[in-house]
Amino acid sequence: MAALAKIALAYVMGRKRQTLVSVLGVTMGVGFFIGIAAMMQGFQQFFIQKIIDVSPHVTIRDEYREAPRQPAAMGYRGAAIELRGIKPKDEPRGIRSARRIIDALSRRSDLAVGPTLTGQAFLRYGGKDTGVTLLGIDPAREARVSNLVNDLVEGKLSDLQSNPNGIIIGKGIAKKTGLKRGDYVSVVSSAGVILRMKVVGVFETGILALDDRQAYVRLKKNQVLQRRENVINQIRLRLADVEQAERVAREIEARYRYRTESWKETQKNVLSIFVIQNGVMYTSVGAIMLVAGFGIYNIISTVVNEKRHDIAILKSIGFSERDIRIIFLLQGLMAGVAGCLLGWALGRGIIEGLASVRLDIEQIIRTQGFILNRSFWNYAIAGALAIIAATVSAWLPARKAAAVDPVDIIRGAA
Amino acid sequence: MSAEPGKPGAMDAGRARGQRPARPVVELDHVTRILTDEPQPVTLVRDITLRVDEGEFMAITGPSGSGKSSLIYLIGLLDSPTSGRIILDGIDTSRADKARKERLRLTRIGFVFQFHFLLPEFTALENVLLPMRKLGALSDRAMLARGLDLLGQFGLSDAAAKKPHQLSGGERQRVAIARALANDPLLLVADEPTGNLDSKNSELVFSLFDRLAREAGKTVISVTHDPEMARMTHRQIRILDGALVADSG
Repeated sequence: MAALAKIALAYVMGRKRQTLVSVLGVTMGVGFFIGIAAMMQGFQQFFIQKIIDVSPHVTIRDEYREAPRQPAAMGYRGAAIELRGIKPKDEPRGIRSARRIIDALSRRSDLAVGPTLTGQAFLRYGGKDTGVTLLGIDPAREARVSNLVNDLVEGKLSDLQSNPNGIIIGKGIAKKTGLKRGDYVSVVSSAGVILRMKVVGVFETGILALDDRQAYVRLKKNQVLQRRENVINQIRLRLADVEQAERVAREIEARYRYRTESWKETQKNVLSIFVIQNGVMYTSVGAIMLVAGFGIYNIISTVVNEKRHDIAILKSIGFSERDIRIIFLLQGLMAGVAGCLLGWALGRGIIEGLASVRLDIEQIIRTQGFILNRSFWNYAIAGALAIIAATVSAWLPARKAAAVDPVDIIRGAA
Repeated sequence: MSAEPGKPGAMDAGRARGQRPARPVVELDHVTRILTDEPQPVTLVRDITLRVDEGEFMAITGPSGSGKSSLIYLIGLLDSPTSGRIILDGIDTSRADKARKERLRLTRIGFVFQFHFLLPEFTALENVLLPMRKLGALSDRAMLARGLDLLGQFGLSDAAAKKPHQLSGGERQRVAIARALANDPLLLVADEPTGNLDSKNSELVFSLFDRLAREAGKTVISVTHDPEMARMTHRQIRILDGALVADSG
């Protein structure tokens, strides 16, 4: 084996410049993979973490997944009956017997329950109307259901408790309207109720969709505003283990029949964009690797053609086909490993470079620079990809080399 | 630059063998080689039966295209006969698989070609060490000592650290011979080893072969079209159209 490695190394060194070019191909692939993956995964993980922090893990809504069935169809199961022109009963919106559900869920130790009434409203301030999604919450319960407590940049959650007319607004709303803590604002609901409320807090989650659109008031206040006394249209749950969200959502929906979404379902638009993003990233990095693979294939093919005499003599000495194959596979492996190591350095450099960039990003999320995932796994995956690509690329020429018939070569040379 | 006969070294390893009664090293039993992948089958070697003993130095002569080289590739187990048997050192190679033949080439056969076929990236010494490294029977130190000793015997002590392109044609061919002897083979086969050498170097190579056969008991079989050279051997066979037409032994 040592002899084979020696020969492989000599062949690599014999074509330094070309080998370097193919090695650099691998380096680029590995480096950019690490850099891009760090950036994208950093962003995605930040976003998902934020989503998990700020939004409920599971939300029970006052709607059903399927349209209600016709009474006739319920009466005659499996029969071919259709009555046309039936209007479904106008049920008052809201979760019926919400109290019972909340009490039942509150007894569970693996989750916290936050009864909520959501509705649309305008904040009328300085002659300008700003539309918001108003969440009526129970401040005491909210502390355990969302991360609102930690996201408050001004005021405290308990201020909502002590001030029945209090409202907590997002940072984006505060910026747009000029509202500050302590200011009074007219809240106009879609039901036409107007209340004068005091801004007791400002929150900032970093997710613009929330910071620019959302405001919190007490549950009772929102019920007044929306003219829906005692109505709850969402029950928001926070789980001890967020991984259980899917299971818990299915379990609750099966039990109470109300549409129950895990955070993954609620955010599936964004998450599906991530899937596409990742697809694009892996495809482009894969393309770089492919090109790098061609580079390695090219150099090794060249060496195989150039070294046919060497191969013939090695075989005549008693080197086996396997030995010859190993020589050229080793060559590919050396290029792969060298490219991988250099690529790790490049990737690290790209990450550090990105990390040093200071800029205000205000797209979907708000940060002061790139959020980077420095996971060891990206290095491992990129390295493995590089070495696999190099070995696979070396395989074909190596096989060709092993098949060289020494008699043909020696006869041809004579 | 010439090496004195009788110097202790690798070449003596087989001497003891030479003193025993002659035993066959290569036996060909009705060996025929036909190329079938050509448009018309070409018979390279036609029904040759031959025995070459230990310590013999034999020349294969004949006009070009007569099948001399094909015969030597068969004897050296680089090629396989279409029919007939080749017995090397008592081993019937017609029944040996690829791996066994590779092993036999590595341990019992040394090859010398018209072109030196040294690996250009390696020094003379590294080239000589290659078969030993492949065999892996000796320690690194022992390999190095043996490699240097072999080069020394062929007057190449100064060439050890040189790359092939820094050597003259005669020196390269002697390095190639040293490499062929690296694993102390029983049989040395050479295909026009002097084809690219001037007469002085050619004589040197053949006198080396002569010494290897006489003193070290190696069996040396060399293809040559040069009657001068053939006369330096102990036995000459002549091949015509793939068939054995004359045998001086």
